[in-house]
Amino acid sequence: MVAKKCVAMLLAGGQGSRLGVLTKNTAKPAVPFGGKYRIIDFPLSNCTNSGIDTIGVLTQYKPLKLNSYIGIGQPWDLDRLNGGVTILPPYMKQTAGEWYSGTANAICQNIEFIEAYNPEYVLILSGDQIYKMDYSAMLAFHEEKEADVTIAVLEVPWEDASRFGIMNTDEDNKVYEFVEKPKNPISNKASMGIYIFKWKKLRQYLTQEPRSSGSNNDFGKDIIPRMLKDGEQMYAFPFKGYWRDVGTIQSLWEANMDLLEETPELDLYDPGWKIYSRNPVEPPHYIARGANVRSCIITEGGMIFGDVNHSVLFAGVTVGKGSRVHNSILMPNVKVGENTVIENAIIAENTVVGDNCYIGYSAGAEEKPSRKRKDITVIGENLTLPSGYKLDKGSMVDSENFLAYQAVI
Amino acid sequence: MRDTMGIIYTGDSNISLQELTLRRSIAALPFAGRYRVIDFMLSNMINSGVTNVGIITQNNYHSLMDHLDSGKQWDLDRKSGGLFILPPYVSHDNTGWYRGEVDAFHSNMSYIRRSPQNHVLICGSSMICSLTFHKAMEFHRENMADITVIYKEDKSATKEELSGHTLLRTDENNRVWDIEVRPSVPMSDKVSMEMYIIDKKLFEYLVEECAARGQYDFSKDILLRNLNKLRILGFEHEGYLAKIDSIHAYFKTNLEMLDQENFRDLFEQSGPVYTKVKDQVPARYGKNASAINSLVADGCIIDGVVENCVLFRGVKVGKNAYIRDSIIMQDTEIQERVILDNVILDKNVIVRKGKRLMGQKNYPVVIRKHAVL
Repeated sequence: MVAKKCVAMLLAGGQGSRLGVLTKNTAKPAVPFGGKYRIIDFPLSNCTNSGIDTIGVLTQYKPLKLNSYIGIGQPWDLDRLNGGVTILPPYMKQTAGEWYSGTANAICQNIEFIEAYNPEYVLILSGDQIYKMDYSAMLAFHEEKEADVTIAVLEVPWEDASRFGIMNTDEDNKVYEFVEKPKNPISNKASMGIYIFKWKKLRQYLTQEPRSSGSNNDFGKDIIPRMLKDGEQMYAFPFKGYWRDVGTIQSLWEANMDLLEETPELDLYDPGWKIYSRNPVEPPHYIARGANVRSCIITEGGMIFGDVNHSVLFAGVTVGKGSRVHNSILMPNVKVGENTVIENAIIAENTVVGDNCYIGYSAGAEEKPSRKRKDITVIGENLTLPSGYKLDKGSMVDSENFLAYQAVI
Repeated sequence: MRDTMGIIYTGDSNISLQELTLRRSIAALPFAGRYRVIDFMLSNMINSGVTNVGIITQNNYHSLMDHLDSGKQWDLDRKSGGLFILPPYVSHDNTGWYRGEVDAFHSNMSYIRRSPQNHVLICGSSMICSLTFHKAMEFHRENMADITVIYKEDKSATKEELSGHTLLRTDENNRVWDIEVRPSVPMSDKVSMEMYIIDKKLFEYLVEECAARGQYDFSKDILLRNLNKLRILGFEHEGYLAKIDSIHAYFKTNLEMLDQENFRDLFEQSGPVYTKVKDQVPARYGKNASAINSLVADGCIIDGVVENCVLFRGVKVGKNAYIRDSIIMQDTEIQERVILDNVILDKNVIVRKGKRLMGQKNYPVVIRKHAVL
């Protein structure tokens, strides 16, 4: 095998339970985002745009959709003779098998994969973030500082700092302290969960016996604090730009809505930094006479006969005559019947909404659209909602409970 | 259909398409928002299970080669068969300039001979339709045809439109008994779709025979001369058909895609239509945007008003611009307050603020690639 300077390991095994019904049958990185993407398109595209062509994707939870989406990596130019993308699920060993019990443990179980490329550096990425980042700049920073580990950090608003893992650094960006969710933060540099390690150093930490008080399972909880304690060279790489963790319904919805701004902070149009995805084979979308589309994103295969305002519509979405879609996200192949109202909703793949439905219904007079989780209505995939179905705002339904909901209203 | 190889001849004359084909063949002409004309024929073949496809090129084929690449978008990057691009070449018995389809087939006889399939499906490149060839093939076999010609009975076409086509006259058994090639007074409304199914051995023989006699026209020299000797049958295609052979036809056919019936026929009946992927961002509509009866591809940013339009990938429409009955190709930029009516803008055109362009329904204004107005 030709040696690689840097191998990326993408952690894509998490369940993402905070996304509720959206991750019932899908791993979080395969959740659709922004009209034609899935979350994993962002780290994969960043890798390919940064010149990193060897990526191990660690999967565990409900991997079918994710595996078939990644395939041989062709959409991201990762179908390579040397390197490319490799899916790394947990596996049986000679005596027993074990699941990935944490971020670092997943890497530890795949040391053989990394060793095969004999890299100098290993880049650790996670599969639930929306951002554009040049990892090669971070790698250059890491080399220049001769660091053992470099952690990408984002300066978050001070009032939010206590929700993150905060890096306290000196003026040279050298980390001297790491505090998880500090009550009184003295820095606003939040860890983005993106690490570059010297592979030899990381390997040493992954393979040595865990100390009595802890384990080797997690980067944030075990490996990073231990390296810091041992006085390893740890630097914070300051990242500037759009970055969102889309691990919750609220943040996923907000990040989608961010794309509808007049000039979105996340620039997807940069020809030098394209976000690649597996493209659906669909004709251009059609806007009928009598339809109305404003402040929205619509992609190929769409058929719009109704009124779509401030919404994100994925491939193959149909909106029937007289229907109104507002502040909503309709994932691939959602079909909306006629005279239906959909407000502040996320509707997952292949769900059919009948005629005269009201999704996101509130008993009171029409309120100003709010951005609170409790007001976002979420509908799971592959459902068929009958005509006349009403769904209260803020409810979350899937194949198991949607009939019960109908009975209540 | 695995026993059938496909050949697409893209050397059709393209003079009547003027500016649009200055730098590309008809096969590479952009169509319906994100396709090129050849995508339809190629997808028809793929959807029929034909996996060995040769594409014979003649005029200005760089744009076509760029589009087809390795054929992977059509699943034609195969070890066995796959896509073969066959450009013209010069040798002792070949000038590289084809005098007709038969000359082109003759020049590529080595590819045809070494293909293991027993049937050949020959297609031109200017027809837009969506079909699979299973039924035609079954018809060909059951009726012991030597050659099956696929045709479309076009009852609504005017005499003038028909006289631009090759027309078949068939008897009650579908036997072709006469062929009219661009007749001044058309006697039939059965338009040949320039798609033929032939047994490969017979095809090789006919091409050699024709070439030996200095005959190069498929319709006239292979079909017409052999009407009595060979069993030539017509097979009717009932779906949508358009032939891109003039600016008017190009304009009309694109706008016909706004009709739901035509659109469904082309994109939903016979399987997906594949094309080169551009990884564009989904289309964005601004606060004051409005779109009425239009097809819009990915990558467009629309802040103005579009009505009865086909917008290709990456078109920008500025604020207060108003575009009606127009075809706007890839990456063209229409700035604020521009008014367009019955216009075809080729790729990468820029129309500056406040400009107006008005064409007529039967005579659209055509602006060539990279023009700045």
